[in-house]
Amino acid sequence: MLANIVIQFMNGLAGASSLFLVAAGLSIIFGVSRIVNFAHGSLYMLGIYLAYTFVEFFGRGSILGFWGAVLFGALSVGVIGAVIEIAVLRRIYRAPELFQLLATFALVLIIKDVALYIWGAEDLLGPRAPGLRGAVEILGKRFPQYDLVLIVIGPVVLGLLWLLLNRTRWGTLVRAATQDREMVGALGVNQAWLFTSVFFLGAFLAGLGGAVQLPREPAQLMLDVTTISDAFVIVVVGGMGSIGGAFVAALLIAQIKAFCIGIGDVTVFGIVFSFSKLTLVVEFIVMAIVLVVRPWGLLGKPQGSQRGASTVEPLMLPLNKGFWAITVGLLLALTALPLVGDDFLLVLFIDIAIFAVFAAALHFLMGPAGMVSFGHAAYFGLGCYGAALLFLKLKWPMELALIGSPIVAGIGALVFGWFCVRLSGVYLAMLTLAFAQIAWSVVFQWDAFTGGSNGLIGIWPSAWAKDKTIFYLLAMAICAGCVILLWRVVHAPFGYVLRAGRDSPLRVDAIGIDLRRFQWYGFALAGAVTGLAGGLYTFSKGSISPETLAIPRSVDGLVMVLLGGVQTLTGPVVGAALFTWLQDEIARNTEYWRAILGFTVLAIVLAFPAGVAGFAKIAWTRMRARPEAGGQAA
Amino acid sequence: MLKISGLNSFYGRAHILFDLALEANKGEVVVLLGRNGAGKSTTMKSIIGLVQPSAGSIEFEGKSIERQSPYRIARAGLGYVPEERRIFTDLTVMENLEVGRQPSRDGAPTWTPERLFDLFPNLGRMKDRPGGRMSGGEQQMLTIARTLMGNPRLILLDEPSEGLAPVIVEQMANTIRELKREGLAVLLSEQNLHFSEMVADRAYIVEKGRIRYSGSMADLMRDTEVRAAFLQV
Amino acid sequence: MSVLTVSGLSKSFGGVQAVQDVSFSVSAGELLALIGPNGAGKTTCFNMLNGQLPADAGSVRLGEQSLVGMAPRDIWRLGVGRTFQITATFNSMTVRENVQMALLSHNRGLMRFWKPANLQYRDEAMALLDRVGMTDQAERACGILAYGDLKRVELAVALANNPRLLLMDEPTAGMAPGERLALMELTAKLARAGNIAVLFTEHDMDVVFAHADRIIVLNRGKLIAEGQPAAVRADPEVQKVYLGSGAVFAEAH
Repeated sequence: MLANIVIQFMNGLAGASSLFLVAAGLSIIFGVSRIVNFAHGSLYMLGIYLAYTFVEFFGRGSILGFWGAVLFGALSVGVIGAVIEIAVLRRIYRAPELFQLLATFALVLIIKDVALYIWGAEDLLGPRAPGLRGAVEILGKRFPQYDLVLIVIGPVVLGLLWLLLNRTRWGTLVRAATQDREMVGALGVNQAWLFTSVFFLGAFLAGLGGAVQLPREPAQLMLDVTTISDAFVIVVVGGMGSIGGAFVAALLIAQIKAFCIGIGDVTVFGIVFSFSKLTLVVEFIVMAIVLVVRPWGLLGKPQGSQRGASTVEPLMLPLNKGFWAITVGLLLALTALPLVGDDFLLVLFIDIAIFAVFAAALHFLMGPAGMVSFGHAAYFGLGCYGAALLFLKLKWPMELALIGSPIVAGIGALVFGWFCVRLSGVYLAMLTLAFAQIAWSVVFQWDAFTGGSNGLIGIWPSAWAKDKTIFYLLAMAICAGCVILLWRVVHAPFGYVLRAGRDSPLRVDAIGIDLRRFQWYGFALAGAVTGLAGGLYTFSKGSISPETLAIPRSVDGLVMVLLGGVQTLTGPVVGAALFTWLQDEIARNTEYWRAILGFTVLAIVLAFPAGVAGFAKIAWTRMRARPEAGGQAA
Repeated sequence: MLKISGLNSFYGRAHILFDLALEANKGEVVVLLGRNGAGKSTTMKSIIGLVQPSAGSIEFEGKSIERQSPYRIARAGLGYVPEERRIFTDLTVMENLEVGRQPSRDGAPTWTPERLFDLFPNLGRMKDRPGGRMSGGEQQMLTIARTLMGNPRLILLDEPSEGLAPVIVEQMANTIRELKREGLAVLLSEQNLHFSEMVADRAYIVEKGRIRYSGSMADLMRDTEVRAAFLQV
Repeated sequence: MSVLTVSGLSKSFGGVQAVQDVSFSVSAGELLALIGPNGAGKTTCFNMLNGQLPADAGSVRLGEQSLVGMAPRDIWRLGVGRTFQITATFNSMTVRENVQMALLSHNRGLMRFWKPANLQYRDEAMALLDRVGMTDQAERACGILAYGDLKRVELAVALANNPRLLLMDEPTAGMAPGERLALMELTAKLARAGNIAVLFTEHDMDVVFAHADRIIVLNRGKLIAEGQPAAVRADPEVQKVYLGSGAVFAEAH
């Protein structure tokens, strides 16, 4: 028993090292640039792939070759990180935070396809480390030698990082830039160089984290998303920007995971409870608990907004008659679509309508309410599964199931939202991601109820709505209703409270408003509306799978909103249309649709830093009226 | 030493500075007076490069600097002390000074932490204290000391007396006079006329992004009409 | 009649006594200035009055009602208006909408989902803006307002629930000398007309000596002086720790 515990503990330590390396890199990059680098997992993935290639090149057998490959792999990733900073991120430091996020999403897509092109879709397993292939005996149990090396690497890197950050001028400058990068520049420090070096270091750590895993796990294309969500969890649990916190969190989570695997299946009162399956969600549960108890992470501090990076939210104008006239005109035009379009076009437009609602609801949270959700697909998926299960298990007709879907999703959003509104900023975003991941893994694993990874099939519309034209009109009506509802709410007192809370929580409190309660209801409203979109989606496709609430779907939603522009109400609708159409168009024509999508997104980000609709709006206001003149800023 | 002409700057979409022109000479203390929002801070930020001017020229020591990035301008010997202090609260006093450190420069006094602690004895007693645990007055001293570590020839002080107790404001005036004795040129923006009178040789009044008055500080203090028109005092 | 009564208020942070046994009161229609060196505990003291920070000991009463342990939003509902050292307004809204938000909250009309907010309580909002002289800027965004004007907006917002007490943290910080006096003159006028008690912190002695009815001085967490402006000004200890020689503010008005 004791031996088992010790071995599991050692396994945990070994697992923690790589997690720590990746999270430390993410944390350092975030600290200085305030960019949440979604591509950090991709850099980790490149670390494994590159180490694999270098091992093949240097020869599998030699000790020097192996460690040389690890080092070269990590260094190459560092260089790639520096290149990314110079080529892309440097141009958008002054863009809104969310836009930077969009750029890093694009990088994820591009890197994935580059890896697919170079290394192919097959898993690649590296050699075991020469000279460390054996095992040592600990309390009568065998423990791999290589894992002992891993156990040492984590603390060594932690120590080196501490020395670097606290005992060198470079480190002092980095810590200063973390607080106020503009001021550091005004004191004569070349920020460009500082930022590039920080990206090099952060990417190097991610690459190293990947490279040292080469003997333990195969290089494969899914590592980017799984790694980034692990790394996010660790950074958030440890506290944003705290390297020591990242180390503690990595240890904690790796230990818990190791013990879950070690415990395996346990039978309690005849019910088999699988701890090993719990590993998929356990870190997210830990994160949720930590964030509720210590909202800034274990060793973190409240994040002041960094100086020299803030943006002022523009005035939101009331919806005037002209706006409604255009909306009604557009809807009438869409009603006429079946007269000219074939079924394929109708299906595309149904998708667009559904995702327009998804994006509009997400935007409702992100824009006016200022609560960024990284896991909005959870409510979409809850709506999907809610409708499907009501239809299949309770034999409810489509109409009732459609009414049920927003209720199911709304209840889910009430539960998740209760926790989420206790946080703000990046922490809130991470917690939404955690809940989405929990929802996903429940659906994914509960074969008997949700169909597991196969999903559910045979969910068809009622007889009257089977015709594509009728269903199209139904979907249009519901979706238009949802979007208009959200637009009205934004301009109603309720929406004003949310916006006020984004602008100045201090003032909201000082005029007697319980902001959290409004945010909570706002969360539920957005969730319910998204759930209705999910219900429609289910009946339009006839089948659903866990992908409806997986991370990529949440990411799609973010891309739509950001593409359209977060500062306009019409933005998400435009973004959803553009994104859905692009995805449909590109996916039909090439295997590398992700990269093309990624490059398109990057081009848009670099060309229109306010989003497409935002750009159009600015151009429009510039055209028709001169902005307010006069000296109004300090 | 510093010569600005035809300067126009925007803040976002708002036009803040209109054909602004001013000069500061070696060994001189020049004050920009004007109400909040008049464009004093934007002038400062335009000089140091934090706001990119849309038109106009800024010459420092005969070289044009209006298209340069802040760190290059700072390295040319221009020191900037922002309003709201903006010290690094997580860093200690010594580390804050380290961030500001630049090589010594011809024609400018060379500062070391020891020399700065002579100038600001309070700071010397709290070398290892994080900036966040200092009082407003101490922070104001630190932000000036930090900028001096760059050995500037000219220092821009944005509202140094704001939010400080009168007794600290008096110390600040002494500090500025000390810097002048060291041979530094000082361009400061102020709202406090009494304070300005104690330190400045010349004054400009800025209103709605334009220079509306320029002359010696002594003349301004005698000119009750101008003061009433632009400063409401 | 005393509106706000504070007695024995204390607070320490990690063993450092930030505020120590502070007692004072403010009467209706009175302007009481709280002054003292940077770091003397003024902000801490203020934050305990408005509910932002829990006090370690002592009592805070509004009329007969104890405010200890109440959240800022509940304290507001009892009739305590606030302005902040760094203005806190809703920058994506117009000046009028900012005031409308306070009115909507006062009338408990916020949990509404359909009728546009900016159509509600328009006239009341304009009336409040009229009192602070901001009607001509009612339709401008707060985000682009001059600082002095933002301070007026805050004052209008603070007046929206007919307060009995105004807490103003460095109300004139960041304003031009002329504007400072004008803002406090306006505040004094409103306070006297509405019988509102005003407690404010301030570093501009021109403002303090021109408009405060009474002054209390805080140093290292303790009250070291209290009284009429002239008496406080002549107090040698106050001169030593705070006022200095008097060179940086005007002669007595």
